[in-house]
Amino acid sequence: MAEVALRNIQKSFGGAKVIHGVDLEIRDGEFVVFVGPSGCGKSTLLRLIAGLEDITEGDLFIDGERVNDWAPAKRRIAMVFQSYALYPHMSVYDNMAFGLELAKASRSEIDARVREAARLLQIDDLLDRKPRQLSGGQRQRVAIGRAIVRDPKVFLFDEPLSNLDAALRVQTRIEIAKLHADTRATMIYVTHDQVEAMTLADRIVVLNKGRIEQVGTPLELYHRPANLFVAGFIGSPQMNFVPVEAVSAGSDHIEVRLPGGQTLPVPVHPEGTRTGEALTLGIRPDHLQVREDGPFRGRIELVEQLGENHLLYVAADGLRLTARETGDSRHRAGDVVSLAATGESCHLFRGSGEALPLTVPRGDRTTPPQSRTA
Amino acid sequence: MTDVTAPGLAGAATRPRGRASSLTRTRVRSAWAFIAPALVVLVLVAGWPLARTIWFSFTDADLNNLSDYTFIGFENYLANYDGEWLGLLTDPDWWRSVWNTLWFTLVSVSIETVLGIVVALILNAHFPGRGIMRAVILIPWAIPTVVSAKMWNWMLHDQFGVINDMLLRLGIIAAPITWTANPDTALWTVVMVDVWKTTPFMALLILAALQMLPQDIYEAAKVDGVHPMRVFFRVTLPLIKPALLVAVIFRALDALRVFDLIYVLTANSKDTMSMSVFARQQLVEFQEVGLGSAASTLIFLIIALLVAATLVAGRVRLGEETR
Repeated sequence: MAEVALRNIQKSFGGAKVIHGVDLEIRDGEFVVFVGPSGCGKSTLLRLIAGLEDITEGDLFIDGERVNDWAPAKRRIAMVFQSYALYPHMSVYDNMAFGLELAKASRSEIDARVREAARLLQIDDLLDRKPRQLSGGQRQRVAIGRAIVRDPKVFLFDEPLSNLDAALRVQTRIEIAKLHADTRATMIYVTHDQVEAMTLADRIVVLNKGRIEQVGTPLELYHRPANLFVAGFIGSPQMNFVPVEAVSAGSDHIEVRLPGGQTLPVPVHPEGTRTGEALTLGIRPDHLQVREDGPFRGRIELVEQLGENHLLYVAADGLRLTARETGDSRHRAGDVVSLAATGESCHLFRGSGEALPLTVPRGDRTTPPQSRTA
Repeated sequence: MTDVTAPGLAGAATRPRGRASSLTRTRVRSAWAFIAPALVVLVLVAGWPLARTIWFSFTDADLNNLSDYTFIGFENYLANYDGEWLGLLTDPDWWRSVWNTLWFTLVSVSIETVLGIVVALILNAHFPGRGIMRAVILIPWAIPTVVSAKMWNWMLHDQFGVINDMLLRLGIIAAPITWTANPDTALWTVVMVDVWKTTPFMALLILAALQMLPQDIYEAAKVDGVHPMRVFFRVTLPLIKPALLVAVIFRALDALRVFDLIYVLTANSKDTMSMSVFARQQLVEFQEVGLGSAASTLIFLIIALLVAATLVAGRVRLGEETR
C-alpha cells in the first residue's frame, strides 16, 4: 500500500518528447485509470512508474521515497501486461512462484502464497497446466495471480483486458474491481476503453499527446469536462459539437446563436466572453430530443435500435447530430425531424477548447467532496 | 509426444485401407506424386553411391582397375590368417582416427555452442553498429575452409608464423611452437581453427532463436526482480533449447565428417587424422578401394548411430518439456 506522486515527469525517446511534464498525486489505496487515445503516452507513463523506462526529467515518489533511480524490483510494484507475459515453458504454479523464489521467501511460504492467490482467482485446479493449455481469460488470471503473490505496494495494469472477448472482458473487469475492493491496494490501470475507465476508476486521468487533459472522478469528467478533448473522449456515443456565436453575456449565462438562427441561453460563467465570439456548443446525445419546434431540423440518415434505447443520426444545418432516446423508435431513415436541447444540459467551449464553468451544478452532487479536487 | 497424429497424410496413411474415403485416397496419391521426384533424386545421388560403397567394402577392389575384383566377404573388416587377426577392426590407425574424430567433435562442438550462445546474446542486445557487427562476425564462416585453413597454416607456421612471433614478443613462450606438427598441440590447433570458423554459424542460428522469444516475459522478470543469470538459465535457455539442439546436431554431423580442415592443416598426420582423412588415404593414396570402402561404410554406420541416439535423446527431453 502506498501513495504515488509524479512531479513534472518528462520522457523523451531520442529527440522526440512523448511525456510533457506530468504532475499527479495518487492516494494510498486509490484506483486510478489512465485513459486516452493510442499514442497519448498512457502506457509510457505506466512504464516510467514501473521502471521499465528511464525518467528523462522530473521526480517519481512511491511511499514518499524518490525512486527514479531504483530498479523495478526495488520499487515493490507488480505489473500485469496486455499480452499476459507468462513464461511459456513453466506451469501456472511456477509462473506465479518464479518471481518469489528470490525474495527471501521460504518454500512453504511461497507455496502458501501461490495457493492462496490461486484460490482467490479460482485457478487452483490449473496449477499444473502450461500457459498454452489455458484460455485467454485463465491466462489473464494467472498474470493477475503472479502480481498478487508479490504483495506489491502498487499494482500496475497495462490494458489487461484488450485481448479478451467482450463477455470475458466484462467478467474480468468485475473481478478486478472486486480485487481492489478486497485488497484496497493502490492500482494504476491503463486503458483506451472509456467504459473500463468509468466503471473501475476512483479517479480517471485523461491523457492526450503526453499531457494531462483532466483528472477527476468518472462522473466529474462526464458532467464537467474541462475541455473539448475530454468532452469528446468521455461518453458514448460522442458528445455533439455545434459551432455557435455568442450573442450576449449575462452574469450567469451566455446567449448563443445556433446555426439555424435561433438563440439559446446556456448557464455558464461568461469569463470575459465577448459578443460575437465563436464558441462550441456541446450536447450529449441523451439531451437531444425530437420536438416539433426544435432548432435543429434535418433528415434522419440512420436509425440504430438497441432495444432499451435507440440512436438517431440526423444531418441538420450541415452538421451530423446523434440523439439517443429510450425505447423503440417510431422514426425511419429519411424522415425529417427537429431536435431540441435545453440550455441547462449543454456545455460551452471557447476557441481554445477550454470549457466555460457551469453555473448550475450537474449530476455529481453526490460525489464526496474530497475527490473533487484534481 | 509420440501419440500425436499429424493431420492429413500421416493420419490417412495409417488408417486401414478399406475404410479410407476416395478423397483420402486421392490425397495420398497426390502426396506420393509430389514426393516421388525427391525420392528418385535421393536414390540416385545418395542411395546408389552408398550401396556401391557398401558393396565394394566386401571386395578386394583396387583403384587401378575397378572392374576387376572378387568378393571376399568381411575380410576387409575382420579376417583371421594363421591365427592372426587382421582387417580394419584391428587396425590401430583406424581406431586412432575414430577416437580423434569423436574427440574433435565433442570438444569443438561444445566450445562452439558455448561461444555461439555468448556471441548471440551480445548481438541480441541493442547497441549502435549492431547490424555491421552481425555482418562482420559472419566473415570466418563465409571464407572457404581450404582458404582459411591455408591462412591459419601460414599464421601458425613454426618459423615465419605471426602467432609464434607475437607470443615470443609478449614473452608467453620461450621457443617457437610447431603448432600443427607437435602431437600435444596438433588436435587442439585443429579445434581452435574450427571454433574460429564455425562459431558464427552457431551464433546466427541461436540469434535467430533468441529473436523469436517474446520480449514481455523479460520485462515481467525485470519487474519481479529476477537476477539476469537466473533469467538466462531458467527462461532463455529452456526456450531456445529446441533450436539449440538442431544447431548442435548440424554441427556434430559436420564435425564427424571433418576432412578439408584437417587435411589442409596437418595433411596425413596420425595425430590428427579423422575418419574421413583415413578413408581418403586408403582409397586414394594406398589405392585400396575395398578397405577404403569398408572404412567409409563404418563412418556411415557410426554417424548414423550417433545421430539416431541424439535424436532419440533430444525427443525424449523435448517430450518431457511439453508435458
